Amino acid sequence: MPDDERRKPEPESGVTRRDFMKISAVGVAAPVVLGSVMDAAAEDVPIQGPGKVSITLQVNGKKLSAQLEPRVTLLDALRDNFDLTGAKRVCDRGECGACTVLMDDKLVYACSVLAIDAQGRDIKTIESMAEGDALSPVMQAFVAHDAQQCGFCTPGFIVATTSFLQKHPTPTPDEMRRGLSGNFCRCGTYDGIRAVALAHAGGKQS
Amino acid sequence: MSQYEWPDHATQPLIGKRISRLDGPVKSSGRAKYTYDYNPDGLLAGKIARCPYAHARIKGIDTSAAEKMPGVKAVEVIQKPGTEIFWAGDEIVGVAAVDEGTAEDAVRAIKVEYDVLPHFVSDAEPPKNLAPDTGPISQDDLGDMEDNQVPDDQVIAILQKQGISFTPSEKWIKAMEGEGTDPKVIAALRAAKVLPPSENKSPYKRTATTKQGDPDKAFASAAATQEGVYGIPCIVHCCLETHGSASEWSGNDLTVHISTQNLSGIAAQMAAPLNTPAAGIRVLQQNIGGGFGSKFAADRWDVVAARLSKSAGGKPVKMMLSREEEFEVAGMRPSGFARVKIAADKSGKLVAWQSNSWNTGGMGGGGTPPLPYIFDVPNQRKQHTAIATNQGSARAWRAPNHPQAAVITMCPFEDLAAKLNMDPAAMLRANMDILGPRAKVYAEELDIAEQLMGWKQNWHPRGDKTAGPVKRGLGLSIHTWGGRGHNSDQDLSINPDGSVDLKVGSQDLGTGTRTIIAIVIADTIGIPLEMVTVHIGDNRYPPSGGSGGSTTVGGVSSAARRAAVDARDQLLAKVAPALNAKPEELEVVNGVVRVKADQSRSLSWNDACAKIGAVPLTTRGKNPDKSKPPDLTNSGVGGVEMADVSVDVETGIVRVNKMVAVQDCGYIIDLKTAESQVKGALIMGISYALYEEKVLDPVTGRVLNPNLEFYRIAGLNDIGELVVHMMTGKGYDERGVIGLGEPPVVSPGAAISNAVANAIGVRVPFLPLTPDRVLDALEKGGRA
Repeated sequence: MPDDERRKPEPESGVTRRDFMKISAVGVAAPVVLGSVMDAAAEDVPIQGPGKVSITLQVNGKKLSAQLEPRVTLLDALRDNFDLTGAKRVCDRGECGACTVLMDDKLVYACSVLAIDAQGRDIKTIESMAEGDALSPVMQAFVAHDAQQCGFCTPGFIVATTSFLQKHPTPTPDEMRRGLSGNFCRCGTYDGIRAVALAHAGGKQS
Repeated sequence: MSQYEWPDHATQPLIGKRISRLDGPVKSSGRAKYTYDYNPDGLLAGKIARCPYAHARIKGIDTSAAEKMPGVKAVEVIQKPGTEIFWAGDEIVGVAAVDEGTAEDAVRAIKVEYDVLPHFVSDAEPPKNLAPDTGPISQDDLGDMEDNQVPDDQVIAILQKQGISFTPSEKWIKAMEGEGTDPKVIAALRAAKVLPPSENKSPYKRTATTKQGDPDKAFASAAATQEGVYGIPCIVHCCLETHGSASEWSGNDLTVHISTQNLSGIAAQMAAPLNTPAAGIRVLQQNIGGGFGSKFAADRWDVVAARLSKSAGGKPVKMMLSREEEFEVAGMRPSGFARVKIAADKSGKLVAWQSNSWNTGGMGGGGTPPLPYIFDVPNQRKQHTAIATNQGSARAWRAPNHPQAAVITMCPFEDLAAKLNMDPAAMLRANMDILGPRAKVYAEELDIAEQLMGWKQNWHPRGDKTAGPVKRGLGLSIHTWGGRGHNSDQDLSINPDGSVDLKVGSQDLGTGTRTIIAIVIADTIGIPLEMVTVHIGDNRYPPSGGSGGSTTVGGVSSAARRAAVDARDQLLAKVAPALNAKPEELEVVNGVVRVKADQSRSLSWNDACAKIGAVPLTTRGKNPDKSKPPDLTNSGVGGVEMADVSVDVETGIVRVNKMVAVQDCGYIIDLKTAESQVKGALIMGISYALYEEKVLDPVTGRVLNPNLEFYRIAGLNDIGELVVHMMTGKGYDERGVIGLGEPPVVSPGAAISNAVANAIGVRVPFLPLTPDRVLDALEKGGRA
């Protein structure tokens, strides 16, 4: 956004969930007071925002920078500022897994991480997982087992499944049920996703 | 004369096989773009200030603070002071700003004053002493009577006595005639007085009682009678992609990216409220993140986005609903409850049915479940009460009112079987002669389902008598749906360079629309699948129907077949001289054009297409098209589903071990995506059977669980084993293509509820079968 469009910082009249996340993430122990943010008593924590600040993220091996308000989530930064739209915004509160990405090789819900907190971390999104036009083995298996319908949950599910199968290359059905329970699908593709994981356990991709 | 009929599956490389969906790679790599992903330079974020009260009148609106905020580009009052608001979350003021955070801040800065009015959100059983509504009947009421097997003489009496509140169009009357409505009913409709809708201020609207046969006598002489209350609450579609769109103007032309099941129908809906010609509205959508019946309309927020864009100088404005907004205003499935009395003779044959049903679908009603579902019980007495509640309106939800009807019918049916100490599968067989036109299908499917479930070995009389807290049980249900293909126009081109492409203003909801069109074209012409490109998602392509009611596959496949037969035949006519043969002596196999009797005389596909000339060979395929018989689609399917569940009687937790679905859908194009549809329906069914309920707060009238944490949907760990069997072969394939989206989602609620009753020995009367309801039923049944 051009600078002249930047919103002037101004006191809020209420605290929403998003604001709360912003506030609690900026000063770790900062008490919330209507309309303002107080410093944490003991720690010397720099105050950021509420106006835009410069944020640099390491995403898919590239440094990406933008001027963002501290309340902006990692998900919204990826989607709105860097046009990495594979991660989807579905519940926007850490319930559905559609925005799953890797942060330092750990699965996170990008809607529940602030962009400002993701600085200095190694972020990998679905966009980094296909090599050019060649699908990753897990992606190929999703196609072969028809583990997708509308496809809106699919990128999150593929990030989660890829990471799960790296950690559990031969999952038992029970490990799989638990390991892949962090993502929702509404079309009902779980049977195909189970088949992807079981084929992997059996040494077959499809 | 060209041969349009569907070819035998055995002769086709692709049709009827398990073919992977063509858009699988783009979706799985995260590159598929949805409306929500539309992200052009200069995009403005749209947000809406919504009414926090379930019933109120707007007193005043002050947008001045919002308008002054830096970054706010447009503010649009949607409903003016003085307007009565009927549900929480209704749209009051729209805002467009440079980013979402700014738009949200602006919404918070808008001050709206309300006179709060009393609201009503209960769909508990209506009072017993309500008088039937005697006002004129609406078009919906008439459709409901049709669905509910109301005898013609009673429909005529109601039309004569109460009049109608609408003016029936000639087109609609013709459609009714086409569906076989009795001429006497049509005559009564034409003669009916048109009256203003009744000013009924009560939330309850009760129909007159309708009667068939002699229910009192039949109940009196029945061998067994079951009475009970059954039902399902309102549930929400929960499309993972929320509703919304992005609009931008260039002069007087509008481009709309929208998440829709009805791509070709959007421009006409937006034209009037925007006062702009539909011809100037371009509608685009490559992918949609779920619809399930809730995305046919250009919604008010879509129109508001277009207005905001205009105010902001034409800049693109994207307005996607938040999850919470989605729960309040973007549709739900109506509830369905009934006090039922059902009776059978000692052979298990149903002799009498009585139901006092009720439901709510918000202020606008939700239609009436067709009762009794499927069974044409000879003696019936029925009455329905629609309850108007202050919540966002109902929208079509996969097989509208069928899942409710299945629960209200198949659960008492199974309870009656238990009273007769009969296996419900045996009791279903005893009633085959009242199962209507699909009776033979149900009989065949029931045999197969029994085998796949191991029903005969594993079914036990009511109440698992084994030791331990976990009880196991089996249940079944049946369902039906229409599914005739909708209207579809398509343009097919074979290009001089050999490429083949088809354009249609349709949409792919994840059902595989793109894929089945490509399969039909490839096999019909005789070329590999990779050579076909299917373009959808643009209203500049020929129009095609909305994807609802399981009408898409029949419509698009039939039109594609006709377009491809014509294109192939025209190509062969152009190529024939070069091969020194008549066109009818040629065939195309795997892209090679050759003489059937002498395969050495052949042309490669590219050489053959070079004969087309300078411009592409184009054909227009249509459905329906009486000039190009036969009819390639059909209506009417039946399905049988069975559930195997375990219930922990100490915790009340229900787990589905296995579901079996046996389903017909006529001539199958892609077996893989067909099976996926059925599996998906089973999963959605497990979800609404066990978890889903839109909970309204009686005090505030607001949704208490507008998120995916407290509105639970099934996850991968909740679904058990799924077994799907598609009915194919003789008796099925020759019927033509029939839709599949709705039917398999109808039965799971009833089948799972029946399995739970079979396991624990008592009926849990209402879905979802949550632990509290299970424990409550056990306690009331003396089994806690």
